[in-house]
Amino acid sequence: MEFPRGDERVSADPDFLEQVAARSGEKIAACYQCAKCTAGCPMAAETDLTPNQVMRCIQLGLRDRVLGASGIWTCTSCTTCTTRCPRDIDLARVMDTLRAIALESGVKPAQPQVPLFYRIFLGLVRRGGRQNEVPLMAAYGLMTRNPFKDLLLGQRMFLKGKLNPFGPKVRNVEQVRRIFERAEARSRDARKSTRDKSERAPGTPAGDRESAEAGEAWK
Amino acid sequence: MEVAYYPGCSLHATAKEFDLSTRAVCGALGLKLVEIEDWNCCGATADHAMSDDLAVGLAGRNLALAARQGMTAVLAPCAACFGRLKHAAKALAAGAGELPDDLDDQAAAAVKVYNILDALLHLVGVERLQEQVTKPISGLRPAAYYGCLLVRPPEIAEFDDPENPTSMERILGAVGAEPVEWYHKVECCGASLAVTNTPSAVRLVADILTHAQSAGANCVAVACPMCQTNLDTRQAAAGQRSGAELDLPILYITELVGLALGLDPKQLGLGRHIVDATRLVKVAFEHPEQPAAAGG
Ligand code: SF4
Ligand code: SF4
Repeated sequence: MEFPRGDERVSADPDFLEQVAARSGEKIAACYQCAKCTAGCPMAAETDLTPNQVMRCIQLGLRDRVLGASGIWTCTSCTTCTTRCPRDIDLARVMDTLRAIALESGVKPAQPQVPLFYRIFLGLVRRGGRQNEVPLMAAYGLMTRNPFKDLLLGQRMFLKGKLNPFGPKVRNVEQVRRIFERAEARSRDARKSTRDKSERAPGTPAGDRESAEAGEAWK
Repeated sequence: MEVAYYPGCSLHATAKEFDLSTRAVCGALGLKLVEIEDWNCCGATADHAMSDDLAVGLAGRNLALAARQGMTAVLAPCAACFGRLKHAAKALAAGAGELPDDLDDQAAAAVKVYNILDALLHLVGVERLQEQVTKPISGLRPAAYYGCLLVRPPEIAEFDDPENPTSMERILGAVGAEPVEWYHKVECCGASLAVTNTPSAVRLVADILTHAQSAGANCVAVACPMCQTNLDTRQAAAGQRSGAELDLPILYITELVGLALGLDPKQLGLGRHIVDATRLVKVAFEHPEQPAAAGG
């Protein structure tokens, strides 16, 4: 990542640190930039914002830079950073929180295919209660306009008995649906408070709020 | 002993052989598995990345159903499911998150969650395992690969050392194999991004497999269907990327234990891998020139 140059104007959101800290429950201000998290991160070599840089940017209130970073989407959730942080900060959890805030505040994800995949994944769970690779890959292929991605591999897996297009569904799928509805209601509340905050924040780009509705996580 | 069994979605599809071999091995070792009735997807990586409530709700429902069936312990062979179920149990115990009204949060929180290594070591026990070995797999030098979710984060997994775990080596030693020393046991293989960022996943797979191979491994032992699928199906691409000739069968720990218990390779699902694993069966029972001490 490039930190802002001296002559570059960046607007900081003074509430961002507090917001991420409260939402994640993690003491982000405690990070002292030892970069141990980054040293072990499998994705550090190909990210625009390494884990310690993510932390520093949050501390500085660089909201847009963090929420727009591809680093929050390339994170594999491996929790190496969490396990090694000498300040006991659960970074993988902070990454989760940042992804949720990014979606809720309508910032365009730097790697849109990642939340798209999650959305399709959860959509299928919502409908049937269980996951199935066949419709999952088919829907993802269609929506990324690359229906043949991994098709050959899919065929080989099918022949090995590794794909089961007709897996059973959950009987009490109504109960699963209620879990989704409750989570959605809670996320709407969170989104509302995020929006209230960003109304006050000077660094929020115009247009963020209009697209916030599009940030619905699993519809 | 009876335990609830949570196969999770992948053990019904891409990881069918993990399901087959887990059932066969547990059966042979006297661990009775009772599948949780009407279980649902635990949410894997998708849900916690999107919503805490969903993560606890989806995984927690399964625990509540197990409790309703009168079970106090659940075996979740998939490392990702194991992590999600444990996380939910902890969150529910701490009052973070709720289940639908007709499910009992506290009963769910009280269910103890085991991964397959934990179950083999602590519900069965190394001695019992060793006693039942009829065909030691002394020709195998597996690289024991744990990946992320079996041992991390330590407060959730509460299982083995997060940097240098040794449980799998103990099990492999007990069934006569000779696990290699290597340094990529807990490196992430990128499975959660295998679909959305395939080149990154291939890079990580290449790194892990070239190290396993140069450490002298003739196969890789895993206990996670996401790791297995990623290391197995992306191996050809990883070989191309690294320029190394990679040819490492990726086997579930239960398949390896099953072979040593004398179970039928077919029943264990050995024919279902992309990188051929059936040829290993012959190698497994060959005795190396300098026999390794069985037990470990
Ligand atoms: S390891 Fe912890 S303290 Fe060190 S830079 Fe990373 S987050 Fe900050
Ligand atoms: S959890 Fe994400 S940020 Fe942390 S080490 Fe793994 S990939 Fe990097």
